[in-house]
Amino acid sequence: MNAATQRLTILLVEDEPADAHLVKTALSENHILADLRHVVDGRDALEYLRRQGPRFAGAPRPDLILLDLNMPRMDGRECLSALKQDPHLSDIPVVVLTTSEVERDVLASYTLGAAGFITKPMDVLKFMAAIRDLGVYWFDLVRLPRQE
Amino acid sequence: MTLTMNDKPNLRVLIVEDEPGDARLMQLALRKCGFAIEMSVAGDGVDALRMLRREGERYRLAPRPDLILLDLKMPGQSGLGFLEAVKQDECLRAIPVVIVTTSMLDADVLASYRAGAAGYVPKSTDINEFIAAINILGQYWFRLARLPLNRD
Repeated sequence: MNAATQRLTILLVEDEPADAHLVKTALSENHILADLRHVVDGRDALEYLRRQGPRFAGAPRPDLILLDLNMPRMDGRECLSALKQDPHLSDIPVVVLTTSEVERDVLASYTLGAAGFITKPMDVLKFMAAIRDLGVYWFDLVRLPRQE
Repeated sequence: MTLTMNDKPNLRVLIVEDEPGDARLMQLALRKCGFAIEMSVAGDGVDALRMLRREGERYRLAPRPDLILLDLKMPGQSGLGFLEAVKQDECLRAIPVVIVTTSMLDADVLASYRAGAAGYVPKSTDINEFIAAINILGQYWFRLARLPLNRD
């Protein structure tokens, strides 16, 4: 529904190049026509979202953020907390996509305002299916906020 | 503690919906999709908050839900007011709240996400479309995502 009317932008915050590549592949394999932008840690993500510096001037505002938890410089928890406290960014849904299976991380992520906590499947086919189900929910089913 | 798919306890869903017919339809759709969940219904936001906070004898032993499905248009406290109250309550804020509504106003969508909604699902008047939508919702929240388990 959404995807047919407009091309959506996803910001992927992920320090592992292999995992970033897998997300990109999964999106295209599942025919999710999204403009995927990629940054490698929480600090870069906040700079991207706030369009700070020449690298991110004119960066498109994402419709959805996929956030890894364990990253150098600024981890996902700190990044999630900062962007949910920013009135210009707090409406963007953030889905945590991580290798963590720790119950404490799940609770902390939702407490900070995550709109989902997905443990990355180790199996590639399961990983593809997970991105497909994520895409169907966020891009086919739900309405996303639109900034006027 | 790590729970796998197989030893996951039944998930609990709270439906906050003032129209008894719509609440029944939601329960029917969730059951039809075959999700192993327990459901409870609150008719408005005030009652739902009492249930979540276990206020009064009636709700003394009310189980805490893992997910809340919320109608926006309700009498008394609006759905948005309820959402804000949940997200401002330290004991409740981790519970994801998904809006399921007939309202298509961009302002309602934006206000819901700002208040902390974890999705905004348009409610179809076509029964089959509605069931298909609830199936996608369930696949995401009950099969794909891990929910915070409030087992207190």
